Amino acid sequence: MSDVVLEVRDLTKHFPLTKGIVFKRQVGAVRAVDGVNLTLRRGETLGVVGESGCGKSTLAKLIIGLEKPTSGEILVQGQNLARMRGSALRRARRNIQLVMQDPYTSLNPRMTVGDIVGEPFQIHPEVAPRSDRRRRVGELLELVGLSPDHINRYPHQFSGGQRQRIGIARALALRPEIIVCDEPVSALDLSIQAQVINLLERLQEELGLSYIFIAHDLSVVRHISDRVAVMYLGKIIETGVDTEIYDHPTHPYAQALLSAVPVPDPTLRGLRDQIILEGDVPSPANPPSGCRFRTRCWKAREVCVEQEPALVEREGSAHPSACHFAEERDVVHATD
Amino acid sequence: MLPEPDPDADLLDVRDLRIEFRTRDGVSKAVNGVSFTVQPGQTRAILGESGCGKSVTAQAVMGILDSPPAHVTGGEVRYRGVDVLTLPDEERRRIRGNHIAMVFQDALSALNPVFTVGFQIGEQFRKHLGMSRTDARRRAVELMDQVRIPAARQRVNDFPHQFSGGMRQRVMIAMALALDPDVLIADEPTTALDVTVQAQIMSLLGELLRERQMGLVLITHDMGVVADVADHISVMYAGRIVEEAPVRDIYARPAHPYTKALLESIPRVDVKGQQLNVIKGLPPSPTRVPRGCAFHPRCRYARDVCRQDPPPLYGVDSRRTSACHFWEEVVSARSEGSEPRSREQDEGVGGE
Repeated sequence: MSDVVLEVRDLTKHFPLTKGIVFKRQVGAVRAVDGVNLTLRRGETLGVVGESGCGKSTLAKLIIGLEKPTSGEILVQGQNLARMRGSALRRARRNIQLVMQDPYTSLNPRMTVGDIVGEPFQIHPEVAPRSDRRRRVGELLELVGLSPDHINRYPHQFSGGQRQRIGIARALALRPEIIVCDEPVSALDLSIQAQVINLLERLQEELGLSYIFIAHDLSVVRHISDRVAVMYLGKIIETGVDTEIYDHPTHPYAQALLSAVPVPDPTLRGLRDQIILEGDVPSPANPPSGCRFRTRCWKAREVCVEQEPALVEREGSAHPSACHFAEERDVVHATD
Repeated sequence: MLPEPDPDADLLDVRDLRIEFRTRDGVSKAVNGVSFTVQPGQTRAILGESGCGKSVTAQAVMGILDSPPAHVTGGEVRYRGVDVLTLPDEERRRIRGNHIAMVFQDALSALNPVFTVGFQIGEQFRKHLGMSRTDARRRAVELMDQVRIPAARQRVNDFPHQFSGGMRQRVMIAMALALDPDVLIADEPTTALDVTVQAQIMSLLGELLRERQMGLVLITHDMGVVADVADHISVMYAGRIVEEAPVRDIYARPAHPYTKALLESIPRVDVKGQQLNVIKGLPPSPTRVPRGCAFHPRCRYARDVCRQDPPPLYGVDSRRTSACHFWEEVVSARSEGSEPRSREQDEGVGGE
């Protein structure tokens, strides 16, 4: 399809584990991302959810080119980002920008807002001539709801929500098509989160942006996403449009994850199907054979040990689900 | 000599608590007259955003405020009728741990990294009950079993960094339960945890509360967790409790504009909502709380009287209160959403 702006094929990232000081030999690898496929269309938001250690932030770093993948392809406008080098890579990266989690540490405290938002123009001088940059920075600040008069202030003079707006303005400077948001609201206070979410939604509409929205808060992801991918131990285990995942989840892990999200409505207390998982997530350096969730799954049988379930549509699941025994179960609404 | 606790008095009764921080930049009134009670087997949630004074309140009740700069300038904290704020240190220590215990947010920084968890859990048995090291360790293993840490006998000699986040939080709960307290204060006990681990910890806490008939003070900003576990809620804003009610009432019909706005600004996992309503602006800094009602610069019901007179606590019905001059209007208002809104309202710009 022509409106696909980003395609990720079979992406893996293994971080080597080494032993020895002088003669380092590899004794294993942390499989942070292990065979991920994604497509992102123009103007759409793809939510990626999962718990800490599932590889979602590594995925973000791979997509924007901060980490080199071990294998796999990242296709943007038909070009494979994973293979590019030097100036070609730099040009291609213009199109994909990142909004980071913590607005307190992701802005240089010794640079003014104008310098921070204008820095992308120094790295990519062809985007805006020097004489025009200050005006462009002012426009960007206005676009994200800050006053252009604040251009000479420093980050510490702003609140958390305003700092996140600065981070968003910086990401927009090069007019990218794709923005990867890595936990963009989780460091913000409750009453500020909604402001930033609404801002991201308006920018998407006005500028036709595509978002990859990575977060652990499933309620926020549902609100903002058109499609959702659920990750567990480096793999996507279920993917679909938001109602497929939230109202008709079929993978046991997705069900457990959703059932654990508290709903702000006390009348539902005790009426929802609650799944309490046993134990902890296994180490990604030594993932279980077959299905990675089998060690904590109540449905696990022999076949789950031997055979890794593929992420496909199957009997019991109208959307792709990586479970041999995929079956719908409503865990977010009241059941009787 | 410890005044005899009165078994008929409220389990925990905090009255008009006032705390200020005296710093070089001036005096900041972090808590301005907070009152609440907790009964056995009951969960009282204290809900608020960062800087509203909820953690400071918890620390004052527990008696672990950093002083200076913090000073309790007024009010009472009564445990079974005994005002613990006026007790000498020695007796206060006996209340703490034995009767009131606390679970902290960040288990990794609350636990001492150079001692084994068994040693840290057992410390209370040695200090408070004078047990030997061997006996204390045995009791520590029992407690770790009770909070469902697998293979407790082997893990008792492990250090905090060898545990996962969820297991560390269980160690914290084991420490809090050691001396069988009847009030537990939990300050954001699951905020640092993943949601499936949060569900494990909250269900464990729920069971322990039922078994032991403890009272729980749950400090949190998560309206979902509160809806799941609390019986009563106190909503804090800028050092005051602005609304207090049984849990069902507050979610069905909030009586304070702040509570109402918060409920409308959070997305839900069970429905794909429309655009989120936004509270414009920021919570005030504790050194510069606005005159009158502290919420008035962000409030859509605000009128002249709100800029002048701080609202008293109005009784909404026999079981709930609201600190808003116009609570009747708020309670009867339907939720917003249909009327056209400006960009300023949607993204809260301009108010910061």
